[in-house]
Amino acid sequence: MAWQSLLHRLPPVSVMIAGLILAIVVVLVIFAPMIAPMDPRDVSSYSLMDMEIPPAFMEGGDSRFLLGTDNQGRDLVSVILFGLRISILIGLGAVLFAAAVGVVLGLISGFFGGVVDSIVMRFADVLVSFPTILVALLISGIARAQLSADTVLLWAPVILIFAIAVNEWVQYARTVRASTMVEVARDYVRAAKVIGLPSGRIMMRHILPNVMSSVMVISTINLAGAILTEATLSFLGAGMPPTYPSLGTLIRIGNQFLFSGLWWIAVMPAAVLVILVLAVNVIGDYLRDRFNPKLMAR
Amino acid sequence: MIRILSVRLLQALLVMLAVTAIAFIMFRFVGDPVAAMVREGATQAEKDALRATLGLDKPLVLQFIEFVGRVLRGDLGTSFRYQQPVASLLMSRLPATLELVIIATVMALAIGIPLGVLCALKPQAVLSRLTQSMTLVGISMPTFVTGLLLILIFAVNLRWLPSSGRGDLVDLGFWQSGFLTASGLKSLILPSITLALFQLTLIMRLVRSEMIDVLSSDYIRFAFARGLPRSYIYGRLALRNALMPVVTVTGLQIGQLIAFAIVTETVFQWPGMGLLFTNAVGYPDVPVLAAYLLFVGFLFVLINMIVDVLYTFIDPRLRTK
Repeated sequence: MAWQSLLHRLPPVSVMIAGLILAIVVVLVIFAPMIAPMDPRDVSSYSLMDMEIPPAFMEGGDSRFLLGTDNQGRDLVSVILFGLRISILIGLGAVLFAAAVGVVLGLISGFFGGVVDSIVMRFADVLVSFPTILVALLISGIARAQLSADTVLLWAPVILIFAIAVNEWVQYARTVRASTMVEVARDYVRAAKVIGLPSGRIMMRHILPNVMSSVMVISTINLAGAILTEATLSFLGAGMPPTYPSLGTLIRIGNQFLFSGLWWIAVMPAAVLVILVLAVNVIGDYLRDRFNPKLMAR
Repeated sequence: MIRILSVRLLQALLVMLAVTAIAFIMFRFVGDPVAAMVREGATQAEKDALRATLGLDKPLVLQFIEFVGRVLRGDLGTSFRYQQPVASLLMSRLPATLELVIIATVMALAIGIPLGVLCALKPQAVLSRLTQSMTLVGISMPTFVTGLLLILIFAVNLRWLPSSGRGDLVDLGFWQSGFLTASGLKSLILPSITLALFQLTLIMRLVRSEMIDVLSSDYIRFAFARGLPRSYIYGRLALRNALMPVVTVTGLQIGQLIAFAIVTETVFQWPGMGLLFTNAVGYPDVPVLAAYLLFVGFLFVLINMIVDVLYTFIDPRLRTK
């Protein structure tokens, strides 16, 4: 029966729920300025009168503020929506940057082999032995020592993207290199070499499309990691400043009010962060099993 | 065997050299060491004199060699922030971090291995299913959020446990220990659980998948056919082989452990090396950053060597090769 085979091919329920959550997040993030009840950056849109109101479902809650308000009277729904936006943008930026660097270096290593290959791969070995958070914190510290405070504030997202991507490109490079070495031995690449196509063209037009599927799978799994790393760095105070808070910054701010009993200021953005990362992880696991069972979990 | 170890030793030395070079570049070029050390309103002549006494006017290669010499003698420069030698600063923070990391690792192994075995042997048991579904949540839960929730529940609401610091310490001369007082032990509980959770998830998953692999192998089936007791087959024959990768991964995860220790120490204001490091990032205290990098590099190389040696003890096949 046709519908049964269709049902069989559908992904499991957990994956569909995760997909739904991600779809909602994408819509929320794109239309955040229209959906958010107020603009957290516009001082005139909130008032200190509304400060420290608990979420609407609790005693003393206010139906205007679904998730409550923070210590300055800002609506947490709005603050979280804008924070979510920054978290996702930085996560995507880091993944794209790492993928671009990793794919190019992986193609070159796999295609040419020899000395180039050894240098790139040994460098990668040393780099991955240091955890991403440690490297990112070091880069953040170096940036602070070298640049003025204003520059650091202004360039915070770029510094973060760079700091996270510095370690993450290695995984792309390793995978792409391995696949490229397989492809290089195939007839179509040999034929392309024989008719004298330039190496760059063979790599970009002929080999790249054949290694893209694993790049996509790694990207999904790495997106969850990148969002987590960004949140951790911001929580530690080495990421986004309170003027442009990401989810991590919001949790850092909320942490100061934990002992005053205002738990929701920290817990609400943390819950959003965990749900987002969980959804991305579920989809990443599914894609990995489906398209590339040989890719190992990190 | 000796050949393998000597190749590994050479690789380790290369890694150390690379890390030392990066630390040197940080010391020398990030920020201006002269500007950081000279008194306010110093003349150009005074600055030049300081530059000369620090040896910053010599050729770079010579400076690097001198730097390596100083590092080998344990001189890691002076902290900008505390105006103390970085080496003694690191040493004073080492006990706090080590106590935390050791307790967390022991906890992760003691809980993770039995749970992993259970999930492999009885996948349908309630506890196995519960553990399995919790692991994905565990992976998606950032360490700082775990710590935050534990503080919220056990320190803020229930008021059972302290949320920051190490409590009362006993000074053993070379070691400030929190193991010997009640408040010291109580302070240890929340941070060590936070740090153990991520390792626990990893160890549990690994033991489970390795156990499943090993149980389907011929020698286990043969052991069943011989009618050997189940406890002997599971405990002696299967688990021993399933634990091989656990040793490697626990060793290789040392980098991750350091990273998560940094986060955990910051969440709980645990006065260890990780907290020193995050504070140095914000300050920014470049000598502390560079020294910490050196320390982590050294630790990483050391642990790798230990794992290699441990391997030959667990797996007799490697000894003859």
